[in-house]
Amino acid sequence: MSIEIRNINKTFGSFTALKDINLLVPSGELVALLGPSGCGKTTLLRIISGLEQPDPGNGAILFHDEDVASRSVADRKIGFVFQHYALFRHMSVFDNVAFGLTVKPRSQRPGKEEIRDQVMELLRLVQLESQANRFPSQLSGGQRQRVALARALAVKPKVLLLDEPFGALDAKVRQELRRWLRRLHDELHVTSVFVTHDQEEALEVSDQVVVMNAGQIEQVGPPAEVYDHPANPFVYQFLGNVNLFHGRIDGGEAKINHLDRSQSEQEVVAYVRPHDLDVSRERTSPDAIEAIVRYIHAAGGMPRLELERLDNGESIAAEVARERYRELELQVGDHLFVTPRNLRFFVEGAPLDYQI
Amino acid sequence: MAATISMLKGASNSPVGLARSEENVWIKRGLIIVTLLFLGFFLFLPLAAVFSAALEKGFGAYFASFDDPDALAAIKLTLIAAGIAVPLNLVFGLAAAWLIAKFNFAGKSVLLTLIDLPFAVSPVISGLIYVLLFGLQGWFGPWLAEHDIKIIFAVPGIVLATVFVTFPFVARELIPLMQEQGSDEEQAALVLGANGWQTFWRVTLPNVKWALLYGVILCNARAMGEFGAVSVVSGHIRGMTNTIPLHVEILYNEYNFVAAFAVASLLAILALLTLVAKSLVEWRARQELAAALEPTMIKD
Amino acid sequence: MKIVLKQASVIPGFGLTLGYTVFYLSLIVLLPISALFLKTATLGWGEFWSIVSNPRVVASYRLTFGASLVGALINAFFGFIVAWTLVRYSFPGKKIIDALVDLPFALPTAVSGIALTAIYSSNGWVGRYLEPLGIKAAYTPLGVTIALTFIGLPFVVRTLQPALEELDPATEEAARSLGASRMQTFLRVILPAVFPALLTGFALSFARALGEYGSVVFISGNMPMFTEITPLLIIAKLEQYDYAGATAIASVMLLASFAILLVINFLQWYSSHRYRTGV
Repeated sequence: MSIEIRNINKTFGSFTALKDINLLVPSGELVALLGPSGCGKTTLLRIISGLEQPDPGNGAILFHDEDVASRSVADRKIGFVFQHYALFRHMSVFDNVAFGLTVKPRSQRPGKEEIRDQVMELLRLVQLESQANRFPSQLSGGQRQRVALARALAVKPKVLLLDEPFGALDAKVRQELRRWLRRLHDELHVTSVFVTHDQEEALEVSDQVVVMNAGQIEQVGPPAEVYDHPANPFVYQFLGNVNLFHGRIDGGEAKINHLDRSQSEQEVVAYVRPHDLDVSRERTSPDAIEAIVRYIHAAGGMPRLELERLDNGESIAAEVARERYRELELQVGDHLFVTPRNLRFFVEGAPLDYQI
Repeated sequence: MAATISMLKGASNSPVGLARSEENVWIKRGLIIVTLLFLGFFLFLPLAAVFSAALEKGFGAYFASFDDPDALAAIKLTLIAAGIAVPLNLVFGLAAAWLIAKFNFAGKSVLLTLIDLPFAVSPVISGLIYVLLFGLQGWFGPWLAEHDIKIIFAVPGIVLATVFVTFPFVARELIPLMQEQGSDEEQAALVLGANGWQTFWRVTLPNVKWALLYGVILCNARAMGEFGAVSVVSGHIRGMTNTIPLHVEILYNEYNFVAAFAVASLLAILALLTLVAKSLVEWRARQELAAALEPTMIKD
Repeated sequence: MKIVLKQASVIPGFGLTLGYTVFYLSLIVLLPISALFLKTATLGWGEFWSIVSNPRVVASYRLTFGASLVGALINAFFGFIVAWTLVRYSFPGKKIIDALVDLPFALPTAVSGIALTAIYSSNGWVGRYLEPLGIKAAYTPLGVTIALTFIGLPFVVRTLQPALEELDPATEEAARSLGASRMQTFLRVILPAVFPALLTGFALSFARALGEYGSVVFISGNMPMFTEITPLLIIAKLEQYDYAGATAIASVMLLASFAILLVINFLQWYSSHRYRTGV
């Protein structure tokens, strides 16, 4: 079932949480709502779920072309996984998962045996069969997360919504769980939307990433596209580390390596990722920027360098391949030339069709 | 996922930190002794005095004190008053706590203050206000007299005064707890298709049961022991409008000390039972809380 | 900006609970209390003033407020020690002692009244040792003070205990590591942190003592101008069917209680907000 959001606004008092949001989530996809805290992503998720109401207006929320805006949470047939799981602490794992089935009106409620079978099957799916009689307080964070997921799936939702599903877990569990979620989604194919502030998570798990900022959608697209072709400086900066160079357009060409701004026609800002910088001991191109090595963080797959530009003193972060790092025998204080490989220019926030 | 459950508690979890353990042992002993003396003087002595005076003339005289129709009538009236006041304030407490914990609305803090109001009012004034409403010279007095309805100097007045003085007990136990618990679990229940009542009975109520019980215990103790407010509206008609505390007063003023203290010992036992029940409930609630907080100990 | 009367919520039952809460509150609390003020308003100002400034009434204020204040101060001092001991130390019987602190809440006031009288009268357990020293407790303002101390005791202990428990041991360790002595640590780190709680407990204890009736009437002896507390005076007026007099004095008491309630609310608000920055 697809989800379509049309012209949704939401204000809390004088604070605008969402501003004219339009979004289409295709059926069966796993979509990430990504953005910094306070960007409105959780509000949007809660509006889709019906836990929050959008401001009155001409906005609409459609599930498979059917407007559900006037339907209550209970009638939207969604599964919702809460940020802190919101497990019923006085119920066992089994009862938690069974809850959605046992509150159905008597006429639709499955029999005891049937409930048992369905719950046990779900617990098998989330690998928690052996924990059925435990209470939430006796489980680890990752286990609770999976109970929350099983509970949400028990009512056979048409749409699964997850609010920061891995936010409360530590790094290692988080990685395992998100891969697991991806596999689970490939198995079930239920249209899913999850909220996260972790770009790595969004890029790794989802089919589509929706980057949000200050109540608006900045960009929508598959992870690779969003990462490689950010629509604007915000997306660039939010998805991974980035270096920022101020430059100007000079004779139809954007320049970043000159200090002389007096004759500049138009200010541009250029962005380049640290791993898209080449460093060498000799000047290899006229565009190269001279810099001094200030710090070296050699631990990790790609050694990271902190460089200081000679011309204006700004700092640059660069990542070099391990072999290259060994080859150059870098030391703090070394003099280097930095050449950007993949530079993107933006003029007043809009991308410039010009790349080096 | 390797889910190894480690029950080891971190050393930092101990409430006695380094700076605390180095405390001078004489200061510590001195303070403990002051505490014991002060509480012994102010709490233990009065309690002991009640039982000592009640048993002064032996167990025969003690039990004879209850073999009195007026005493039995007083016990019965106290049970009636508490039996009405506690359920009424229980329902109110749940409604008020739900309202205040689950919703944000204008005037919430005013409402909170008003709920606490009966605690700030002297018991004597709590009785007086009902005399002003329903007494012969009160607002509704003439109308009530005309229809031959007695509220003041009758059972309804006693019940009303009791309801007033025990008004906030359940609500104020529930409100902070329910505020702290938030409404995540309720929202989860609603998403899963539960209706309002199902959510309340199956999710909210089990989560607040200990606080609720705690509030009921305190409410009941006060309802059975209230003296000032009830004294104003009762009229002290023996065998008719005397509650246990009022009966104690009458016996005492008649210099019937053994009987007065014997009946008083009944209330003292009730008070002790209340303290025991309260401690048990607190202990249970703490255990559940500890269990709920344990997750920090469990690693994935 | 529009005023938001109620934020939208998916949780049901707003109308029901609001309606019931307001209805019940009005019926049981607001209507009766407003009756008191309306009745007072029917008195002329001169009449009202002559009732509430009558020497016997003024003497009762002095006793009630004075004894309540002394009682609350005693409780603030000893209550601090008790709370400290219960939070910081472990000793045999601590759990029982801790539970017993609530006795004045749980024990009906009439029972406390006759028990305290029995102890402090001239042939009582304590009274018989005080008398040779020339101290009379029962039927004097001292007796009133003892009773008011008794009933206010739990307030200080119970408001201080959580505050002391919440103190982060690390702040004390930090103070000690910076070279503060134990006394300095107590006066400059611990005391300021729990002072709002102490003040709240003191105010609660004082407020409770002001209105107290049951535990005082037996031990006070109720001599006009000497050991007559204000709540008793209200009852005395009522028994003479002097509703106007009772009401006037009651409204003075009630205003005093409200004032203290406001102070307590402010203290609680203050202690929860003072270190909060930003919004």
